[in-house]
Amino acid sequence: MAELTADGKTPDVLFWVGCAGSFDDRAKRITKAIARILNASETSFAVLGQEESCTGDPAKRAGNEFLYQMQAAQNIATLNGYGIKRIITGCPHCFNILKNEYPELGGNYEVLHHTQFIRELIETGKLKMSDGAPFKGKRITFHDPCYLGRGNGEYLAPREVIQKLDAELLEMRRCKQNAMCCGAGGAQMFKEAENGDSEVNHERTQEALENKPEVIATGCPFCNTMITDGVKNANKETEVEVKDIAELIAEAADLLDTPAS
Amino acid sequence: MLSQLLFLVILGTASFFFAKRISVIRRNILSGIDWDGSDRKAERWKTMARVALGQGKMTARPVAGIMHIIIYVGFVLINIEMLEIVIDGLFGTHRVFAFLGDFYNFLIASFEWLAAGVIFACVVFFIRRNGMALARLTSKDLQGWPSLDANIILVAEVILMFAFLSMNAADGIAQSRGLDHYTIAGSFPVSSFLMPLYAGLTDAGVIAVERGMWWAHIIGVLSFLVYVPYSKHFHIMLAFPNTYFSNLKAPAAMDNMAAVTKEVQLMMDPSADPFAAAPADEVPSKFGAKDAPDLTWKQLMEAYTCTECGRCTSECPANQTGKLLSPRKIMMSTRDRIEEIGAAREANGGEWKPDGKSLLGDWITEEELWACTSCQACVQACPINISPMGIILDMRRSLIMEDSKSPESITSMFNNIENNGAPWAFPAGDRGNWTKEV
Repeated sequence: MAELTADGKTPDVLFWVGCAGSFDDRAKRITKAIARILNASETSFAVLGQEESCTGDPAKRAGNEFLYQMQAAQNIATLNGYGIKRIITGCPHCFNILKNEYPELGGNYEVLHHTQFIRELIETGKLKMSDGAPFKGKRITFHDPCYLGRGNGEYLAPREVIQKLDAELLEMRRCKQNAMCCGAGGAQMFKEAENGDSEVNHERTQEALENKPEVIATGCPFCNTMITDGVKNANKETEVEVKDIAELIAEAADLLDTPAS
Repeated sequence: MLSQLLFLVILGTASFFFAKRISVIRRNILSGIDWDGSDRKAERWKTMARVALGQGKMTARPVAGIMHIIIYVGFVLINIEMLEIVIDGLFGTHRVFAFLGDFYNFLIASFEWLAAGVIFACVVFFIRRNGMALARLTSKDLQGWPSLDANIILVAEVILMFAFLSMNAADGIAQSRGLDHYTIAGSFPVSSFLMPLYAGLTDAGVIAVERGMWWAHIIGVLSFLVYVPYSKHFHIMLAFPNTYFSNLKAPAAMDNMAAVTKEVQLMMDPSADPFAAAPADEVPSKFGAKDAPDLTWKQLMEAYTCTECGRCTSECPANQTGKLLSPRKIMMSTRDRIEEIGAAREANGGEWKPDGKSLLGDWITEEELWACTSCQACVQACPINISPMGIILDMRRSLIMEDSKSPESITSMFNNIENNGAPWAFPAGDRGNWTKEV
């Protein structure tokens, strides 16, 4: 972003990568898929790089409002400094907090989840699926992230994008507003679960596996980690892949082996 | 004349105790902190109409939902009959609305069908609670009083409806015998099945049954009126204001604490005078909620509105996997605590003397709070838009910002965000490394 500004350019959208997307090896693959989609669709975008800092979501949900608001103040100063108007992000937690909680603190942006933006790219013809159709007829089940679905009412975008894959979309017993959590929200990602008789991600993965899917599609890096663990726990990792919708689309658009930028 | 006087005394006494209890609840609710619900009025009325009046979220569980709607419609409509009973009781008339003719007959007939429906639904509910091992209705949250409370109401409703139908049955017999005062009025499609029970009685016996059941019905209803505000069944009234004041923001959105915003601005603004005293009303006594009065009045109202149905708990992923957390218990504990504080305050002449206890710690444990994934399933499940999650997150704020108590891994997460802007211990400088691999 700093380099573009130095050149006097302003990108159309800012890609907010998020901490998982920046540091977690599995989530970085999702980040790269999103970047390739943005490149292939000739979207004018930028990332903040080192200037991006945690939105403060896990701190806030764990009760540390001070730390969250310090993070928010810093991020809002950065974003406003660059005159950012439109943000896309691959993380529903970043999406929710940027969209719903930053405006009151002076950060007003149009915020899109990557599935919403990908839908827009496909609808406007900027992104095309390849003829290979690697997912044609494949059994795909989608796990709704709480902070995108129930929390922000977006159930359609991820499903409409999956439908572009020409795959068989299977709904889980509990989906949309009734979807079960993966177990990572509310700062759970960063701590051990309390004592109980099973794990939330194992239960949720079982529900996904009931559909006998070939792919469990996710739209959140934390859900991806939790469900991947769940699939391993069920010893199904050779039969079932856990992939973000961005990865599915990047593969279907034949973008994975074409290094860009 | 004597019976009219007696009626007046009973009606007055019940109204007095009801009003007294309401004022106590009102005072307890208002002991919470400020919350502004004065915005978006049209949207609020619509939400109330859809969720409370229209029972919009009840049928997410079809059996319980439909049965509940039968009881709800029965309760609301049969209470029209109460108006007639009160007028008859005060003025010594009998079936004062009988002049409405066919429409009156239609009303009485509908009430009878509804009464039969209410009895049916209450019996089903009673069996669900006591005869079937439904997890959410037999969980340990409900041991003791809450479970008894639920059964008392179900039995009371059946008795009330039986009294209503028996009164009509005896009235019908009296009418057919042409007894004095019993003008021909009403239509008795359901109570006619009860008539054989009373048909063998003398005229005096029939009149005794009719009067007895009339009194049983009205005294029962007035006792119900006094009982309800002590019971979880108070939702029949509070569901309406509670849904009016529903959270209208996205369910995932969490409020920003204004007091903290001020602190952060002071830290960020080099020209701010750090020694300037903040206006007294802007300084909260505490951050987050440690005890019930630290919650907003809206949250305390939610505690009084909760009818302990347990849909929240049965949808909670933490509870489903055997963790200690039960969102329903969060609401029940909040009500128990604010009741205790209210009673202690009253006993002490209106002044609150701290008793060394608090909602967080003595009623709700840290283990429960830390089990929440903030997934909002409890909020979605609640048929009247209560948010147990809101209370849980406010209590976490107290744990962190007042007591600095957190699991070790959460402390590390905070430290990492403070030091390198990410919840993990990666150097901020590596944030852009992935770009080299695209």
